[in-house]
Amino acid sequence: MPVLVYTENADGKFKKSTFEAVSYARAIADQNNTNLVAISIGDVSNDQLTALGKYGAEKVLNVSNAKLKNFINQAYASVVADAAKKEGADIVVLSNSFSGRGLAPRIGVKLQAGVADGAVALPEQTGGKFTVKKTAFSGKAFAIVELTSANKVISLTPNSYKVVEKGGAGKVEDYTAEGNASDFKAMIKEIVRSTDKVSLPDADIVVSAGRGLKGPENWGMVEELAGLLGAALACSKPVSDAGWRPHSEHVGQTGIAVSPNLYIAIGISGAIQHLAGVSSSKVIVVINKDPEAPFFKVADYGIVGDAFEVVPKLIAAVKEYKASA
Amino acid sequence: MKILVCISNVPDTTTKITFTDNNTQFNNNGVQFILNPYDEIALARAIELTDGGDGSVTVINVGEASTEPTIRKALAIGATDAVRVNAKAHDAWYVASQVAAYVKANPFDLILTGRESIDYNGSKVASMLGELLDLPSVSIIKKLDIDGDNVTVEREIEGGKEVLTIPLPIVAGAAEGVAEPKIPNMRGIMSARTKPLTVIDPVEVKTLSEIISYETPAPRGQVKLVAADDTAKLVDLLHDEARVI
Repeated sequence: MPVLVYTENADGKFKKSTFEAVSYARAIADQNNTNLVAISIGDVSNDQLTALGKYGAEKVLNVSNAKLKNFINQAYASVVADAAKKEGADIVVLSNSFSGRGLAPRIGVKLQAGVADGAVALPEQTGGKFTVKKTAFSGKAFAIVELTSANKVISLTPNSYKVVEKGGAGKVEDYTAEGNASDFKAMIKEIVRSTDKVSLPDADIVVSAGRGLKGPENWGMVEELAGLLGAALACSKPVSDAGWRPHSEHVGQTGIAVSPNLYIAIGISGAIQHLAGVSSSKVIVVINKDPEAPFFKVADYGIVGDAFEVVPKLIAAVKEYKASA
Repeated sequence: MKILVCISNVPDTTTKITFTDNNTQFNNNGVQFILNPYDEIALARAIELTDGGDGSVTVINVGEASTEPTIRKALAIGATDAVRVNAKAHDAWYVASQVAAYVKANPFDLILTGRESIDYNGSKVASMLGELLDLPSVSIIKKLDIDGDNVTVEREIEGGKEVLTIPLPIVAGAAEGVAEPKIPNMRGIMSARTKPLTVIDPVEVKTLSEIISYETPAPRGQVKLVAADDTAKLVDLLHDEARVI
């Protein structure tokens, strides 16, 4: 039975997290010695669909239907679950993106499948058990979940599985799907997506700042550093609670959990709730004037110093590095 | 307007998470349990929407008797009444199935959850409920307004937001921005003791997943400190040693 991967697009373009999901699904298909089928819904160019083959999809189902151009989780769930049935797929993989979170559980119910959300590693299939490691307690721990159902849905945490290019061209097939009549009650009024900024959950590098910056007027240097590094901006809870920065930038136990390659924390002491949201970061840099700040205990690199002196110097050093690179 | 808010009983955000029985059980020894912070936001919005009108806010929890202090807290904050499905919350599918069974017998105009519970972080109950009840669902909302028979929500997307208008009833998972959590006042705390809390038996549900064990993140090595005036060294380390820039 093949593996089916749903390939999410944003404005007609696949994102890195989509290629991660395809690479991950390919590896599961290899575990089971089977094929990988991808399904794309929306307006995506043929070149991009064919290119999914590079990440291991042998076949790409292309749903191009004006009614389904924009994401409506109810309708997309019907389409993906139907495709799984038609293709005979017993495992469905997708990204645990904001949209993926609204989609995976609905697919799970339709297929009577256990759902492993936020997977961070490949499934283990030994002794007739199918187990998946996922984040739990908002990053303070991992849970190993056994999916005991015949069908299985797995959503992959962004930045937790490497994109692997090894396949050739995918065979693109037009796939007709409509969704159910009752799936279209929700009407999209407006989509606002900033294209010049890096999105926080997908970012390779995150520059985050806290109360140590003393006020929203001091974020200029943080933005400059993030811009130089191609990083997304983040902040601690007190900062978003005070309205210095938007809630969408709040990283931590009650905000967004991130797992970038590099997390730079400026003027954040490192309360347990904040550390929970960043513990999956590969490398953590902490800049804080208090040498006793708890954040240093979980950091890889640290500078003890005043953010207002260190950050401008760091900006200069990054500029110098970029000029010489 | 009749609103249902699904609530979870979770370890306090300051809890250090540990496990027992060879890492197969969560160690709840000494752990303070609280109303899930996102559910507090959902509850606060539900109370705002019914404030001064003839609506009601029912909270529902799937849990054993030990969750009742958290349910009473929700009543103290301002819920009208409460339902506890007397069962261990096995997983999101189990919880959603219990709530769906209740809603089928007791319809609501709006069903809210938190965007996720801070213990298992699944973000699944709202969407599963939507599917089980054949209702629209929006998993992570930052804003919710009612306009007659329609609801307008702002949904979080990567790098932006999406605004949707949907006819009621719907299911939605509330995140920061939807409302400010409310602190119970003395009158609320007093009245919570006498507000109705109905305990019902669970319906039978086939389980689809089991937690086998837990792991804690691998500890990091000792932090490498760099002098404050030597930021160039930090850049070198990030490039040559950590290979992240």
